[in-house]
Amino acid sequence: MTSTDLLYCLFTSGSTGVPKGTAVTHGNVLSYTDWFINTFDITSETIFGSQTPFYFSMSVTDLFSTLRTGAQLAIIPKKFFAFPIKLVQYMNEKKVNTIYWVPSALCIAANMDLFKYAKPEHLSQILFAGEVMPTKQLNYWIKYFPDCRFANLFGPTETTDICTYYVVNRSFGDGQPLPIGTACDNCRISVIGEDGRECEPGQEGELYVGGPFVASGYYDNPEKTAEAFVQDPLSTAYPEIVYRTGDIVKYNELGELIYCGRKDFQIKHMGYRIELGEIENAACAEEGVLSCACIYNGETDRIILIYEGKTDEDTLFAGLKARVPEYMLPAKLVKLSTMPHNSNGKIDRAMLKNNYKDQ
Amino acid sequence: MEELLEILSEVKPGVDFETEKELVDSGILDSMTIIQLVARLTDEYDIEITPMDLVPENFNSAEAIYAMIQRLED
Repeated sequence: MTSTDLLYCLFTSGSTGVPKGTAVTHGNVLSYTDWFINTFDITSETIFGSQTPFYFSMSVTDLFSTLRTGAQLAIIPKKFFAFPIKLVQYMNEKKVNTIYWVPSALCIAANMDLFKYAKPEHLSQILFAGEVMPTKQLNYWIKYFPDCRFANLFGPTETTDICTYYVVNRSFGDGQPLPIGTACDNCRISVIGEDGRECEPGQEGELYVGGPFVASGYYDNPEKTAEAFVQDPLSTAYPEIVYRTGDIVKYNELGELIYCGRKDFQIKHMGYRIELGEIENAACAEEGVLSCACIYNGETDRIILIYEGKTDEDTLFAGLKARVPEYMLPAKLVKLSTMPHNSNGKIDRAMLKNNYKDQ
Repeated sequence: MEELLEILSEVKPGVDFETEKELVDSGILDSMTIIQLVARLTDEYDIEITPMDLVPENFNSAEAIYAMIQRLED
């Protein structure tokens, strides 16, 4: 076996609605966990309280750091996130001292003022990634765990899990964005503007990542691989592949990266990367559905599926359940007698979004 | 109760909430759905559901949810 052999493939939504399998090597995971273990002092004393499912790149961090250091991994039963007192009891029983969760999970605790009722007793590190961590809820956690290390980790599945990070070292007002920080050791990042040049501080550009965290490409998909795993545009003298994240970022005055948004239409929902087209494809495949469109309301974090057809909402929902993972299921289905179309003959998504985003 | 059944079928379509007695234990309501449901109930009934109320026993059937709402309304 060599370090370039594949260790696993993780499938994420693709822009055509067909999932792409990111092919990750042994070498990727070794290099990535080297950084993680060194940066967050993971040892045989570490006890992870694992929240993310094993088909999500975040789980690679907990899992392989545990295997490499002799740490312990407590896999938290998913239902405990609805029953927070039991969650805290479980964490205390297992003596969990390190958590690496999606912000949605941290927000559940903050939004219900959980620590007024019960508090994990052994926590020393609170790490998060996968979506934007709102500072209001972060400040709640910091209030109850002032001595813990908090860190915002950032990256796509294509760079194994993470490529930049920010250890919280100052206070942020509610609603003020948290930086995604600076490059991990072993990672090389560049912010490239539309003109193909490196951006100045304050200027928005696309994040490119190079170095040993960058995956081999997409499994059995040379076309998509060629689009995203490209020759480094800043260094063309010799072959050097970098990954185009499709994320728009900029540097602040402290030299920290700030996340601005996705370049294309992919959305982030409950920490998962979802292409709305994939949900539409699944819905359209159901019998009795003539036409459909998915819209996403970023403020309420709700996916709404609007469709035209004979089938009723419950039947369509049941059909969708068999086709897409739970986290991709729309929060609401809206049946219309006819879909609106714009002058191009396309479904009028702007009008749908306007009319139905608050459903 | 009618109103509650309506909310339940909106939050989780395709379940017979009148007869089902193991909504949590059999996994019909997963953690995300329960969190959504709690948000709806808080709004609709103007009640405060604290972490202490969030136990599986209070969510296993429509009746149990209804009993919890009535307790919190008092």
